[in-house]
Amino acid sequence: MQVLDLDYMLGLVPILLRYLPLTLQMAAVGMALALVLACGLAVIRVLRIPGLNAATLLFISFFRGTPLLVQLFLFYYGLPQLMAFLTQINGITATIMGLTLHFSAYMAESIRAAIVGVDRSQTEAALSIGMTNGQLMRRIVLPQATRVAVPTLMNYFIDMIKATSLAFTLGVTELMGATQKEAAGSFLYFEAFITVAIFYWVIVELLAWFQRRLETRLNEAYRR
Amino acid sequence: MIKVTGLVKRFGGTAVLDGIDLAIEQGEIIVVIGPSGTGKSTLLRCLNFLERPDAGRLIIGDLDVDVTRASRADILTARRRTAFVFQNYALFANKTALQNIAEGLIVVNRWPKEKAHARAREILERIGLADKADAYPASLSGGQQQRVGIGRAMAAQAEVILFDEPTSSLDPEWVEEVLGLMKQLARERQTMLVVTHEMSFARDVADRVIFMEGGRIVEQGPPDQLFGSPQDPRTRDFLHKVLATQVAIDTPT
Repeated sequence: MQVLDLDYMLGLVPILLRYLPLTLQMAAVGMALALVLACGLAVIRVLRIPGLNAATLLFISFFRGTPLLVQLFLFYYGLPQLMAFLTQINGITATIMGLTLHFSAYMAESIRAAIVGVDRSQTEAALSIGMTNGQLMRRIVLPQATRVAVPTLMNYFIDMIKATSLAFTLGVTELMGATQKEAAGSFLYFEAFITVAIFYWVIVELLAWFQRRLETRLNEAYRR
Repeated sequence: MIKVTGLVKRFGGTAVLDGIDLAIEQGEIIVVIGPSGTGKSTLLRCLNFLERPDAGRLIIGDLDVDVTRASRADILTARRRTAFVFQNYALFANKTALQNIAEGLIVVNRWPKEKAHARAREILERIGLADKADAYPASLSGGQQQRVGIGRAMAAQAEVILFDEPTSSLDPEWVEEVLGLMKQLARERQTMLVVTHEMSFARDVADRVIFMEGGRIVEQGPPDQLFGSPQDPRTRDFLHKVLATQVAIDTPT
């Protein structure tokens, strides 16, 4: 008795590979935008900018407090009802929007913690030689905060790559959507889904390898 | 020349600085002594605007401001004219010794990188750490870190270098090398305002010693006078306590 149809699984690999770029693109664009947004939110929180601070807290509270799937449905199905110009919104855009906002809420908090964690006396030293707040952030605080934040940010990136699979619920044919269609045609559900699971797993492991190298490099200044 | 008048700083209700008047001539070496918690460090931090004073007037070169009305530009100017050496070194952990010294020149003075690095190498030579140019702070001893901290202050070419208990965090074995570097700067007539508990340094190096207590300057004068015949009972009391312990250590056996 054959447990697994290996030939079918191998045949699935080139088909799924065609959809891999879309998955990676959504994750990469989502991560880039989320990073920018999260840095902005974190700086607002650190500097406690009046007004914006309260708005940021509300933003983080909402996007951390509700499921990503609910947020995606809100953007894809809900927003067009509110705003007519959004009738054109496609599943890919809605997914990237959702990923960006959802993950930036988490990332903002870990970036904030990393910024606050930078030794206060170095801040004073930078100010004492006449640096502006912007120079202080760019040259001294953010480079050191990066080192602290990278492990958690990479975790969120890994999470985001896997979360792109939710895009299939918005009708996007990415890695997961393509697998779903293949499985529905062949009825070999186990083979199809274990194949796509291995796809995600390999991507994440490659990323983890990259993360280890990055951390080694960032820790260079702290070796005794 | 640097001059402060009527400097006041309050934390909560208490005045940590209670009307300080002080003028520092170019090339003058002033040592500030006094019991802990009497505002010595706060005085230095106010001159550099690391603390915002509550009242007073500050003159550094052509900068002349009421400290309560100092604009951002005034504060940056004051900071660029006063370099600070911290008790805990406060080196930039993500930068090498060379980069720590060159950083201000590149970012604040907008020097080209090559020129700033060349100057930083000269300074490393002077502080005796030419071979540690590419070492990060984490790999340096306390004494070496503080010498880099002093090098960073030297690079700023400020009107005055403010030393905030520069040897207090050091293991005893590193104190001499840091004091030695400070003496070298004193011989070069670098203007210095030094808060320290090293009485022998005050005696040997200072042009003027200031005794502070309760946020005020109680007494000041040349070291011979202040250590030899202190006028105020509070000065006598303090010196009696401090010198009793330090002389016991300094006396050769």
